[in-house]
Order: sequence, then structure tokens, then C-alpha cells
Amino acid sequence: MAGITREDVAHLGKLARIELSEVEIDQLTQQLGDILVAVARVQEVASADVPGTSHPLPLVNVTRPDVIRPSLTNEQALSGAPSSEQERFKVPQILGEEA
Amino acid sequence: MSDLVTKSATELSSLLATGEVSAVELAQAHFTRIGALDAKVHAFLHLDTEGALAQASRVDKARANGEKLSLLAGIPLALKDVIVQEGVPTTAGSKILEGWRPPYDATITARMKAVGIVILGKTNCDEFAMGSSTENSAYGPTHNPWDLSRIPGGSGGGSSAALAAFFAPLAIGTDTGGSIRQPAAVTGTVGVKPTYGGVSRYGLVAFSSSLDQAGPCARTVLDAALLHETIAGHDPMDATSIDAPVPAVVAAAKMRDVKGMRIGVVKELGGEGYQVGVRQRFDESVALLAELGAEIVEVSCPHFEYALPAYYLIAPSECSSNLARFDAMRFGLRVGDENGRSAEEVMNLTRDAGFGAEVKRRIILGTYALSSGYYDAYYGSAQKVRTLVKRDFEAAYEKVDVLVSPTSPTTAFKIGEKANDPIAMYLNDIATIPVNLAGNGGMSLPCGLAPEDGLPVGFQIISPAMRDDLMYRVGGALEAALNDKWGGSMLSQIPALESALIQGGVA
Repeated sequence: MAGITREDVAHLGKLARIELSEVEIDQLTQQLGDILVAVARVQEVASADVPGTSHPLPLVNVTRPDVIRPSLTNEQALSGAPSSEQERFKVPQILGEEA
Repeated sequence: MSDLVTKSATELSSLLATGEVSAVELAQAHFTRIGALDAKVHAFLHLDTEGALAQASRVDKARANGEKLSLLAGIPLALKDVIVQEGVPTTAGSKILEGWRPPYDATITARMKAVGIVILGKTNCDEFAMGSSTENSAYGPTHNPWDLSRIPGGSGGGSSAALAAFFAPLAIGTDTGGSIRQPAAVTGTVGVKPTYGGVSRYGLVAFSSSLDQAGPCARTVLDAALLHETIAGHDPMDATSIDAPVPAVVAAAKMRDVKGMRIGVVKELGGEGYQVGVRQRFDESVALLAELGAEIVEVSCPHFEYALPAYYLIAPSECSSNLARFDAMRFGLRVGDENGRSAEEVMNLTRDAGFGAEVKRRIILGTYALSSGYYDAYYGSAQKVRTLVKRDFEAAYEKVDVLVSPTSPTTAFKIGEKANDPIAMYLNDIATIPVNLAGNGGMSLPCGLAPEDGLPVGFQIISPAMRDDLMYRVGGALEAALNDKWGGSMLSQIPALESALIQGGVA
């Protein structure tokens, strides 16, 4: 099995939206390498004829009648917001253009 | 110490019913003890004194009015901080949720409130329930009341410590890979992971959705059963909630009869790597069950050894997806929202600042396991192992009614001992994880103190899905037989916390 590299970890940090520091990247590269060696054991018994199980129960689609029922008020929904304005969540710019 | 705090919920329920004590007095007795001693234990992250006393007062008034009340009305409870309670801070042990007050109740919170349970406060846990020691809490570790220099288990170490410290007779935990059962084992308390889908997950801060399950924690098997029946049952708010009657766990806990039951000892859980005193106390308990008339059968589950590696692919994969919701936009922490930074930059900075090391480790591991090119080798293989583990259980249940093993390979270790060695830490859950992968029920109850260190050992009972009553039947019988042998409960042997000094850690 190919080892995980520093570049891999930095890329994974980007994918996972975590601004990892250089020190964190170094530590994670070492630790993930060790962990991956340990968990790769699953491949010893995962032969092609074994189906995968994603969930302990057979999942069924659950629906309910399309009836309006009480939900959170605007005030409740916004109560934990880092920032809000005009009864909406206020977020930093998303397109990167000048405001 | 007030005698009240050492009593079981069942005993307290009688005292409340006869009016010998009021719910307000009971809550106050517990708050007094918590106030005096939680600086040493750090079981709680938040106390809701006002809300608890108001609830207790409502129960007392209802009783005075002659209303018919639940057996658990007025009984104090400690709630793990990954379960939301409206208006009460819920952090999941993470800085990213510091100060967040949920605008709604979890289904189990609502059910407990409805029957008059008095929620004293929120208990400490590993961040997002990821860990086996509470050392991953962003708010500092909890200390084991048996020995304050040791871990109380994890992730639900605040709940288990609250029970062992006599801060509450009941608690709620959540169990993704052992987070109810392993803390119960190392603190000499009882912890139950119900069948997956048996208890609603609505309002449980999600870690790994196909594995997470909330359940009851207590100091006796019967108390756990009473709480189990209170919180269990179908919930339309959770699409994975099982729409079937709740197994009769209270009646089973009271049976105290295992004659003719077939009990399987799992060969692969208990050999090498298990502490000598853990094996000794486990073997003695199995012999006791045989004396009580159970048939003991050795069973082999050859794929259980692959359960731990499979878990450390499946759980991180699911967590990498679940924890994407902490995006600094709608609730929780936001840092770096200045200097014209973009939403994505703010998100990246917030998640780096708000998540601790173990959470980041698992998110990154899960992101890797799910990424194209590695998916089949890691996540896909782990899912196949999950099938093989399920088949091992199915084959075993053709021969036996329940399976048993030690809950944890060792007694409580020292705080700091494994904090920098993730793989050593992960091994704590080697006997509990197979149960989560298959969705079965699992219970841990105390089975003695290890001779070499005088610390509690846990006995695990595993039941088929939706046959939770079977593990309560065995647990109730074993507990009664052990208490007879000891001349009292194991927790009555715990050193007095009042005289304990804090060693090797910060409260």
C-alpha cells in the first residue's frame, strides 16, 4: 500500500474545508500513515463475493402526508446564527468579487 | 453525604410516592453534592439549576394534586452533552458549539421531560463523542471517581462519572462504538446500548449515523430498564426509528431467572490483550451464570477481529460527511469574518479553530477513505467486513440466546497514558464495536474489581436486534447473584470522594 504523503494530507484538508497548519499537516501525515496500515487489514477478508452492508437495518423510504405543521420560528432558527440581518442568515461574500 | 444520593432511582421513586422526600429536595440534595465535589470530577459542563428545580416543583405539585405519575417522575438525571435540550447549552464537547443554545428538544429529551424526569445538567464527553477517555473534550477531561488520576471511559465519561460519584441516579449516554458500555465498565456502573433504531436519534448531534445510538445509564439494571422504556419507541422524526413495540425490558430485568438460557462466550473477545483481572472476574461471572442454570456455550466469531479496522473506516467516513454541517454560517463558531474574506476562507479558518485534534484526524481519515481511487479499497472493504460481522452474529444466535464478553480489555487507565497514541486508544473498544456494526443491543454491568488494581471490571451482554429484553434478563439475574455474593453493590466499595485528592490532572 502506498504511504500517505504530506501533499495528500494538505489536499484532504482543502477537501474537508479545514485550514490545517504546517505542524498539523506533519502530525497527521505520520498518524494517518500508521492508522491506514492498521485499518487496511479489512482488505484481507473483503473478497469480491461478499456484498457490502451500509446500514444495520434494511432501510425503507419513509414518507408522511404533505401537511403543514408547526416548525421553528424565524427567531428560533436564527437564534444561534453568528450573524443575521433582515431575518436572514448573514454570510461572508461567496463569489470573491468586491462588495 | 446525604443517604438520598446513594439510592437507586427505583428506591427514590418509592420515597417520592410516599411523600418521604419531595422532588425539589431530591434535586437540591444532588446539586449540593455536585457543588461540593464536581470540581474534582468534572462530570458536568453545564448545570441547569433553575430549570431542574422548576421541573421538580411541577412534579411535586402534580403529585399533591393526585395526578398519576410515572415511576421516574422527580428522578434526577444527567444528560450527555451530545443530546440537545431546548435553551440549555449543548456543546458536544467542542469549541465549535461553545455557547450554542438549541432551539428544540431531542425526542428523548422531550420524552424524559414529559414523564417528569429532572434533568440536572449536561455531562462532559469526548468531542463529538469521538474517544474512549473524555480527554478529547475541548473543556478538559473528566476524572474517574474510583481514582481521580484515571479516565472515566469515553466518550460518555461525564455520564458514567456522574453515576459513580452519586451526582445523579440516572444518565443518558450515546454509543457509536462503545461510548456507553466502556465508561460503564470502568466506573462500575450499568450502561446499555439499545438495538440500533430502538431509541430515536432526533436531536442527537450526529457523529456516525449508521452506528450512533442513545441509551440509558444507571447504577442498577432495573433502573436502566425503566429509563430504557421511557426513551425507546418509534419516532416519526427519525427515519431509521423502528416502528415496533419496545421489548419488555423492565419485566425482563425483574425476572432474575436464567435457567435454560443459552449463553455464548465469544472466543475471540477475551484472550490475549485482556488484563488478567478482567479475565478472572469475567470467568467467575460466567461460572456464576452456569450455577444459576444457564447453559454456557463457547462460540466463535472469526470476523470480529476485523471489526475494529472496519469501524475506523466507517465511522470516520460518516463523520466527515456529518460534520460538514459545522460551516460557520447558520450556528456555532465563526472566526475570521473580516478583511473581505470569502465564506470558504471563513469556513476553513473556523473549522481549524473549532475542531480538536481527534476530530480533525477522523474527518481527514474519512475524507481519504471516501475519495475516488481509495473508496473500494477502504470504505468498500469495510462495508464487506460489516456483512461478515453480521453473519458471525447470525450464526452465533442459531446456537445461543445472548453472547457475553468482557466489556473492555483493561480497567481504567491513567489520564494522559494513551492520549498521544491514537491506535492504543482505539483498542479500548475492541469488544464493543462489533455490536454497533451489526446493530445489536449491548449492555455492560459491573462484575467485580480486578485484584491487581482494585478497579471495576465490566461484563458485556449482547442480544439480537429487538431482543433487548434478553440482555436485561441475564443482566438482572447476574447483578442479583453478584450482589448476594458481595453482600451489597460493587459501588458501595468506592472510596469516599470527599477525602480524595486530585492527582496528575487538572479538575
